[in-house]
Amino acid sequence: MRFIFKTKYSQDINIARHAGDKFWYSLLILVMAMMPLFLDDFYLGEISYICILSIAGIGLMILSGYTGLASLGHAAFLGIGAYTHAFLLTNGVPFLVSIPIVIAVSFLVGAVIGIPILRLTGMYLAIATLALGFIAEHVFIKWEHVTGGNRGMPVPQPEFMGISFYNSIFFYYVCLIFLIVSMFAAINILRSPTGRAFVAIRDSEIAAQSLGVNLGLYKALSFAVSGAFTGLAGALLAHYIGYLAPDIFNIFLSLTLLLLIVVGGMGSLHGTVFGAIFVGFLPQLIAICRDYLPSSIGSQPGLEPMLFGLILVFFILYEPLGIYGRWVKIKLFFELFPTYKSQTFKKQKVFTKSDRV
Amino acid sequence: MSLFEVKNVTVSFGGVKALNDVSFSVNKGEIFTIIGPNGAGKSTLFNVISRIYEPSKGQIYFNEENISKTKPHNISRLGIARTFQNLELFENATVLQNLLLGRHIFKKTNLLSEIFFTPKSRQQEYEYRLKVEEVIDFLDLQHYRDTLINGLPYGVRKNVELARALCTDPQLLLLDEPSSGLTNEETIDLGFWMKDIQSILGITIIMIEHDMSFVNKVSDRILALNYGKILATGLPDEIKNNADVKQAYMGE
Repeated sequence: MRFIFKTKYSQDINIARHAGDKFWYSLLILVMAMMPLFLDDFYLGEISYICILSIAGIGLMILSGYTGLASLGHAAFLGIGAYTHAFLLTNGVPFLVSIPIVIAVSFLVGAVIGIPILRLTGMYLAIATLALGFIAEHVFIKWEHVTGGNRGMPVPQPEFMGISFYNSIFFYYVCLIFLIVSMFAAINILRSPTGRAFVAIRDSEIAAQSLGVNLGLYKALSFAVSGAFTGLAGALLAHYIGYLAPDIFNIFLSLTLLLLIVVGGMGSLHGTVFGAIFVGFLPQLIAICRDYLPSSIGSQPGLEPMLFGLILVFFILYEPLGIYGRWVKIKLFFELFPTYKSQTFKKQKVFTKSDRV
Repeated sequence: MSLFEVKNVTVSFGGVKALNDVSFSVNKGEIFTIIGPNGAGKSTLFNVISRIYEPSKGQIYFNEENISKTKPHNISRLGIARTFQNLELFENATVLQNLLLGRHIFKKTNLLSEIFFTPKSRQQEYEYRLKVEEVIDFLDLQHYRDTLINGLPYGVRKNVELARALCTDPQLLLLDEPSSGLTNEETIDLGFWMKDIQSILGITIIMIEHDMSFVNKVSDRILALNYGKILATGLPDEIKNNADVKQAYMGE
């Protein structure tokens, strides 16, 4: 087991807590950078998709996992990002200019929608965000001269120095770099006063307010930041799909994102990546399983959403901290090896909180 | 000089008057205690001061400034900090993160400088931490810095909440039943700390408390409430011998 002797405040501020962190994460980035050497186009595409899902997951994680606000309509932001990006590219805006505009647009849309919607809490907020998802889908259908309506919209694949986005190795690197940058941005927000204010709102609104956190402002900010990350993911998703249609950004995609953060582990950025890997490979896994199941079950059209729902329920019941929580437990088991106590993670009985403040 | 003044404050919930024409003033450097049986309106009074409830009548003055219309999140910026009757800590965060939140009102960075974690952001974190460490030393919390609130015993949690309030550099501290749920020993420690907060940090304290021996030991003045009305205000000895208070509170 590692014991960290702290002698400087910077040890609590730095991203890498100790030399081990630096080593393992550098190794991870190195391995990811060398992936194109080992994998063919299909798997590179899959990993690119997982990177995109992770970025969207970071967005929803900041909102749900850190600020404690549910959203069942986050596909709307993926759509806004994707359509804005495709629209700008079609009109000749270069890729590197379009991306910041996409981020800014999704941020603003998040803020503008966030201000009224976040006056609601709990169930009502969930319903309002659900409605947001449906409204966005309808806007994509009806706003034909921008989105192409139900006919859809081709996404131009720009070229950099003769390499186009069709090149899966190039696209893989683009996604990977955006994921790494997003990860750092999210970590930085979360270790700053703004991130702490988000966590404060999640754990106790009344205390946060009494410590000077402007609830309305920070909730809207969280929605905006979340929208910005998800919008960026949407822009990359546009390249991945290649042809946008409104029904891509439906409720099922929103639920997939929700599944991603719950399975990955609420309130951890590691969880977004674990969740993205899980959600990214799950359809493949289900497709493989279909072949081995009796045809009366295997050929059912609703198998995938049903399994998604089932997995969501199982995780909420048996591992609320998700894959990351499980990973932390396994790690601790080996660190403490013969002396691990199964009670370590049992939650202490919480003292009754009444409505009286 | 009175630091804090409540003038004719009335709060009604429907037909119930939780507070009825309450007026009192608190001098700088005092420990002022509010006592009263359940439902007397003590916590309501605190919630009116921290602007969670709207008074239907009356004003509240702090440093001779009317704060009855101040936004709830700006109360702490004026220098009023509070603790809660049922702990309101950020449960899934460490003690250190909880205390750092106490410095939120001094935030100078904007979102952009935080995303890039500029040297200014880092400098701010150091400054926050320096102050937080002072409070940690003051309240003997060194041992718990990196512990999640979830895993702490009740007494320590209460202490962390007090520490968090102190991190905001308040002039006035509102403590809602600070000794409830504490062991005898912890209550004695709390008494010393409160005296230290008063004398060393120069902070004025208003507290709601039920433990009469504790109240008599630390308070400079006491206000007794019942059914939203003031029964009596005065020195601990006067209150102890006040016939109305005896009848309503001590049950004689």
